[in-house]
Amino acid sequence: MAARNALEALTMRPTRFLVSSWPWRSLAYLTGGALFGFATIFVVAGLLVTGVALSIVLIGLAAYLATLLAGVVVGRLERWRMRLIDRDVLPDPHRRPPRPGLRAWLLFRLREQSTWRELGYTIVSAAALCWMDAAVVTVTIFVPTAFLFAPLYIDDRPLSVTLPMTLVAPLAFVIAAYPVTAWAGARAAMARAILAPRSNDTDAKLVEVTRSRARLVDAFEVERRRIERDLHDGAQQRLVALSMQLGMARLEVPRGSPADTALTGAQALAREALAELRELIRGVHPKVLTDRGLAAAVTDAAGHAPVPVDLDLRLDARLPATIEVAAYFVVVEALANLAKHSAATRASVAAAVHGDRLHVDVRDNGRGGADPSRGTGLIGLADRVAAVDGTVALSSPPGGPTLVHVEIPCGS
Amino acid sequence: MRVVIAEDGLIVREGIAGMLRRFGHEVVAAVGDAPALMAAVTEHEPDVVVTDVRMPPGFSDEGLQAAIALRAADPSLPVLVLSQYVEQTYAAELLDSAPAAGVGYLLKDRIGDVEEFVDALVQVASGRTVVDPDVVRQLLGRRRDPLQRLTAREREVLGLMAEGRSNAAIARTLTVSEAAVAKHIGSLLAKLDLPPDADDHRRVRAVLAYLRTG
Repeated sequence: MAARNALEALTMRPTRFLVSSWPWRSLAYLTGGALFGFATIFVVAGLLVTGVALSIVLIGLAAYLATLLAGVVVGRLERWRMRLIDRDVLPDPHRRPPRPGLRAWLLFRLREQSTWRELGYTIVSAAALCWMDAAVVTVTIFVPTAFLFAPLYIDDRPLSVTLPMTLVAPLAFVIAAYPVTAWAGARAAMARAILAPRSNDTDAKLVEVTRSRARLVDAFEVERRRIERDLHDGAQQRLVALSMQLGMARLEVPRGSPADTALTGAQALAREALAELRELIRGVHPKVLTDRGLAAAVTDAAGHAPVPVDLDLRLDARLPATIEVAAYFVVVEALANLAKHSAATRASVAAAVHGDRLHVDVRDNGRGGADPSRGTGLIGLADRVAAVDGTVALSSPPGGPTLVHVEIPCGS
Repeated sequence: MRVVIAEDGLIVREGIAGMLRRFGHEVVAAVGDAPALMAAVTEHEPDVVVTDVRMPPGFSDEGLQAAIALRAADPSLPVLVLSQYVEQTYAAELLDSAPAAGVGYLLKDRIGDVEEFVDALVQVASGRTVVDPDVVRQLLGRRRDPLQRLTAREREVLGLMAEGRSNAAIARTLTVSEAAVAKHIGSLLAKLDLPPDADDHRRVRAVLAYLRTG
């Protein structure tokens, strides 16, 4: 496995590590860090002096401001520099200002937490890190070099002492590769910890994702209702009319005649089509849920269940439509699952609002062992519930019983 | 019989009207929404009303609400409600709306069985209660506790009772004697702690109410 950063490179086999580019890159990174650090000190000090000197004529304030925002520039350069010894690119923690223009940019950046973290990093970098970079580079270059040229400048020792020093020098260079890479890796890890985006930098994005997901669920719901309406007004009406016409036709032909038999058969087909259509529509969007709410819809769903279902529904007020729909389909799916897999003879559904959360429990007395990974039903429901910020918990030990527990915040 | 029909689908509305006329009933008004239904009933004072659950403007349960309102205004007005769905909730609301006179809740599919449908309408008009077999099945399936005491045959009889059948009709369906049916009914009513009653439809209502409230 290839190393992704300097610290990982240290764990490579020495024969590979020493011929790799990691020690050289680390050295370049640290050299750059030292130079860049000193430049930062110089610039920031200059800005501060300018600020102090000119604060009487207001331009100084701009210099102060620039000092505060120096971190933004330093942070950006540091993230860019880090690519040298870290293959995982560090994303920019800053967000795009809501409006164009310098003023908007300034106000936005000053309110961002990452701006202040970058300023902190700049101070630490200027005060300590760049000096340590310089120290590491100096020592690792200077010491082996000093060994290498020992015979040239050490006059008061015999050659038998100084020549071995020269011979040891290459070894010193080789050994130096390790502290250089180690410090570079550690420094980059520190920089990463400070300069990487935090979760609260991305909060706004997360909220937006959640909202768009909720909007999507809403859109699906509207679409389902439309489909239900269309089927009801179209195909269903026509099938009822067809069945009625066939019934009328049957009145005109003698009972038991071939025509009567054919008409009876046709009518049976129309009836089956109606029944299937009704089941389909119930799966798409149960009308009673819209009209009467969760308790009524669950009661009806329990009536369709293949085993007796005890109900304990304490839902006095209507809940938001998306929550009712999510909870309803969990109940329906759970009841369907127990019929298919659990060999249960009895089930119960309990629903109530505790505080600002809707709790729904579906239990059965079956043999348990339900595995959500084997069917997509429960996973799909978990997704659906998650879209309204709810959770689905499944407890189904082998031997049973099975309990599906749903909680959805309903903000009431 | 003088009938008012409320149904928003034109083909179905005209179909029902034609069917009823063929059986010699008079369709005094065939309307497409709930306000028109209320107006037609006030104007024509029909013997029975047939209404769809879902109608304009909201395409929700306007027909059912109209039926309940009509029965609240005149508890003796028989109403047959047609629904696309087996919704015990709607059936229960309708049955709870007012006591006494005929009331019915049928799946729309039943219209296809022309003779049975017209017969059901006549029964409702004459003050009986007719509930769709599917709805009855749903009601029976849900609350098992009190019904577990019943035998399979008694449950069968109870289901047929809930559909508004007379003892004679139940006897024919189950190919047993009427006396046997009477015995089953007496036994199941006793098991359900319901006192015997001479009136068929009161008995049905009592049974349904018992199933609903459990």
